[in-house]
Amino acid sequence: MAIRNVNLWRSVDWFTIILYFILVACGWLSICGASYDFGETDFFSFDSNPGKQLVWIGCASLLGIVLLNIEKKYYELLAYPVYVAFVILLAVTIFVAPDIKGSHSWLVLGPIRIQPAEFSKFATALALARLLSSYGFSMAKRADVLKMLAVVLVPMLLIVLQNETGSALVYLSFFFVLYREGMTGSLLAIGVCAVIYFVIGVGQGENFFELMPVNVGQFVVFLLVPLFTALMVGVYSKRAKRAWGIALFNLTGTLAAYLFSRYVIPFDICIAQLVLCACTVLYLLYVYMLERYASYLLIALFALGSVGFYYSCNMLIGKLQPHQRIRIEVLLGLKDDPAGVGYNINQSKIAIGSGGLWGKGFLNGTQTKLNYVPEQHTDFIFCTIGEEQGFMGCAFILLLYATFIIRIILLAERQGSNKFTRVYGYSLAAILTFHLFINVGMVIGLAPVIGIPLPFFSYGGSSLWGFTILLAILLRLDAERETRF
Amino acid sequence: MNNEYRFENRKFVILGIVLGIVLLFIGRLFYLQILNDEYKEHADSNAFLNKTIYPSRGVMYDRNGKLLVSNQPAYDVMVCMRNVKELDTLAFCNALGITREFFDKRMADVKNRRLNPGYSSYTDQLFLSQLTAEDFAMFQEQLYKFEGFSIQKRTVRQYNYPLAGHIFGDLGEVSKKDIAADGYYVQGDFIGKQGIESFYERQLRGEKGKEVLLRDAYGRVKGRYQDGAKDVAPVPGKNLTLSLDIELQELAERLLQNKIGSVVAIEPETGEVLCMASSPTFDPQVLVGRQRGDNHRMLSKNKQKPLLNRAIMGTYPPGSTFKTAQALTFLQEDVIDVDTQFPCALGFRYKGLHVGCHAHSSPTSIVPTLATSCNSYFCWSLYRMIGSSRYASPQEALTRWKDHMVAMGFGYRLGIDLPGEARGFIPNSAFYDKWYGGRWNGLTIISISIGQGEVTLTPLQIANLGATIANRGKYITPHIVKEVQGEELDSLYRFPKYTMVDKEHYETVVQGMREAVLNGTCRAANLPGIEVCGKTGTAQNRGKDHSAFMGFAPMHNPKIAVAVYVENGGFGAVYGVPIGALLMEKYLTGTLSEASEQKAKDIQQRVIYYGNQER
Repeated sequence: MAIRNVNLWRSVDWFTIILYFILVACGWLSICGASYDFGETDFFSFDSNPGKQLVWIGCASLLGIVLLNIEKKYYELLAYPVYVAFVILLAVTIFVAPDIKGSHSWLVLGPIRIQPAEFSKFATALALARLLSSYGFSMAKRADVLKMLAVVLVPMLLIVLQNETGSALVYLSFFFVLYREGMTGSLLAIGVCAVIYFVIGVGQGENFFELMPVNVGQFVVFLLVPLFTALMVGVYSKRAKRAWGIALFNLTGTLAAYLFSRYVIPFDICIAQLVLCACTVLYLLYVYMLERYASYLLIALFALGSVGFYYSCNMLIGKLQPHQRIRIEVLLGLKDDPAGVGYNINQSKIAIGSGGLWGKGFLNGTQTKLNYVPEQHTDFIFCTIGEEQGFMGCAFILLLYATFIIRIILLAERQGSNKFTRVYGYSLAAILTFHLFINVGMVIGLAPVIGIPLPFFSYGGSSLWGFTILLAILLRLDAERETRF
Repeated sequence: MNNEYRFENRKFVILGIVLGIVLLFIGRLFYLQILNDEYKEHADSNAFLNKTIYPSRGVMYDRNGKLLVSNQPAYDVMVCMRNVKELDTLAFCNALGITREFFDKRMADVKNRRLNPGYSSYTDQLFLSQLTAEDFAMFQEQLYKFEGFSIQKRTVRQYNYPLAGHIFGDLGEVSKKDIAADGYYVQGDFIGKQGIESFYERQLRGEKGKEVLLRDAYGRVKGRYQDGAKDVAPVPGKNLTLSLDIELQELAERLLQNKIGSVVAIEPETGEVLCMASSPTFDPQVLVGRQRGDNHRMLSKNKQKPLLNRAIMGTYPPGSTFKTAQALTFLQEDVIDVDTQFPCALGFRYKGLHVGCHAHSSPTSIVPTLATSCNSYFCWSLYRMIGSSRYASPQEALTRWKDHMVAMGFGYRLGIDLPGEARGFIPNSAFYDKWYGGRWNGLTIISISIGQGEVTLTPLQIANLGATIANRGKYITPHIVKEVQGEELDSLYRFPKYTMVDKEHYETVVQGMREAVLNGTCRAANLPGIEVCGKTGTAQNRGKDHSAFMGFAPMHNPKIAVAVYVENGGFGAVYGVPIGALLMEKYLTGTLSEASEQKAKDIQQRVIYYGNQER
């Protein structure tokens, strides 16, 4: 490849940069709102959180400019060494980091505390991009697949060992990238199903229908299992009639069981649902015997596995002693809940719900000030937006995020045959999506309470710098894209 | 290359997932923020402040109307951080008598949201709790100089006499368990922890009231909601009149100084406890206020266990005081009659068994036996009863014996209105069957007839025995609260219980006890002009004998029954008799004669050395 002089000013994607600065500015204003103490708080004083955040933003901008001026070839060249360096740093952190609320993830250098896990994402993205774009790489080769998995799972495992399971889960988002690059889709589908079963089945486990002895989480999961199964039949066998048949059979069966339980004799509908699932599985096995088409067997196994998965999750979480349960929840990255079940989420929902359509106005929120909401300027920063800016403000921010992420995906897709930049771009998009999903989902009560920051919004230097680095490198890579004439 | 293009379509799946998530979130927010009103109401509820108004706790009087326990104001120093400006820290510390370091630490703690979760710079926060009236007076003069600081009044207990700590008990902050057990309490409330404060907690505490206030978004109180229409006035706690005579209590505690033991006096007719002292003791006032924690720790670490109310929690062998109960039982069961005589040759000797006795004339009948406190007589009688053919077996005989004991109030809690009462121990035949593998007879268990061996009683039970004899066969459960304002006493404390022994037998025992005072072991209790009846007790144990006395006076129409128990005090006549006599004199004549006062001082100053081991 000939050495080309890139005119950075002309070829860099300004649209993304502007979106970045809008997000950062909104984030800073939210931190002002969350830190405001009803008085003449000086947002520009370096003692206050907004003041400090301004410093982090300034540093991040400088860092971004420096990274934008490093040529792509150096990124390709240094991808592995940087990755290895970070893996070592992560490993060292486990041993040298002081114990901060049980996690060993902060390196303390004098007055500065940094979290290597926030920075290792870009190193992993670079390494993955380098690996997947290397000559002769193929997902069909077992050795390549193992290498690929190792690149993602090694840092993830090290972060789990730091007791920062929340940050480690972020690495699961790389599987979206692998999916885009050709990994089989059913693996992704099964992963998504497992997450849904877990969140609904375990998270909603304590609620009951009025009058009926039914566990809502179990009910929903057992309703989803045949529906997912039907969907798979539709996708893999291309026989739409069979798929509809399975779905309708299960839905009418469940409805009948519900009516019987509601008006005749109250009983646990889930038993009826289990019977329906069993019929579905037997039907699939019957079709498999008849047609010898392996997909049916696999789908039957999926249905059985789903039910088994739900029960083993429940066995693991539900049947344990409270203290063991807490330990496992902490292990899974679920935050501990000192004031009682669901206190944090409830307060967070109250804060957001009280915002209404237009919100209470900048600095006029009350729920996010009087310490009703925990960690109001870090993990729960979205509450402040919800309370002060209302539904309109939230929708605006979410759409801004969507635009930002979609723009990044489009940047990744416009690379033509340059696989390195594409993989890297998808990595960034997937990481951002995962953070957005978990953080906002947690705040509005849709996802489990896993403490990971909202990119560009949550207070703190490590997180902001981490995402800025990720973005700046993509912008540089994109600036050197091959333009087809 | 073909593959590359095939996978390119996957971007739509990924884009779809991103858009799906965002739309799902927007839908959820639409529900939370626009469709659902529940969360707005929750937020509004933060605008109302339900302020609790604490009722005054009931006070306590003694039987003569003297105020024993009352409430005194205490003052908390509050700080509103936002209003603290240009504080002269040195002057402030001097005014409160605190150090600069303490000031800095408190200010940091108040602001620390981890230690003080409800912190707001706009509202008053507790800076220093329970200032005494004197400290408060000093501080108040200068308060105008310290902007941002204010005073909040509250009440704490005031114990007007340094006496009866075991009876009054104390107040402490509620524990998590208390809150779980009774929804009335919230964190920071006070609850009775011991004694009457605990037993009569419900009557003493009253009912909390509340004031509904409005506060603005900053947590500052803006006024009363609907001009107080929703306010609830507090109901003050009920006052108690104790049956205690505080002067008698004072004398009892004085006499027990430097000794371990207890004194209980009961009015036989009513079962009212006139005094109940346990030594070592403590001043109830030390468990009030800021020093409570330290003092409580110090008292509970003390090896002589001053927090233990030995009068109801200590269980001791009753020694010879128990012989009165034996005499009653044997008379009732026709094992002996008034004229039955048994020999005593310096003790009971039979089949190689020997129970010692002191020198006195022999043989004797029951009245002189009680007067001289002969061991041998009771050994013979119990042996005769257990072996009697009137019962199918020794087991049945002992069961009969045990029933008598239980009817006299032994072996189970009497049910006094104080927490922590012990039940003592009266063995039954099942116990001995197990202990001796079924092979036992009257000789095996002979020592229970003289109040030794397995038998233990609390001093309260011994005093109650005195009251029962004084009443000639009945007693009202001893109780310490005579009257609860506006409430009837529990029926337990109003109606008598009867023993299984006839009145005539009681007259015999009373005669014996009178004889003991006139010519027997209790001669020191012979008060001029008062017909005192008494019985000494000298209970053997591993160390020096315990000195005990049980008696009542006057013989006809008795007004007071007393039990004295001094650990390791030696013969009953050494401590038990004189202490009992002084108490009777004090209560019945209202004062002590000069000679008696001298005797009291002498006893007060006598020290029994107990060594350093745990008691």
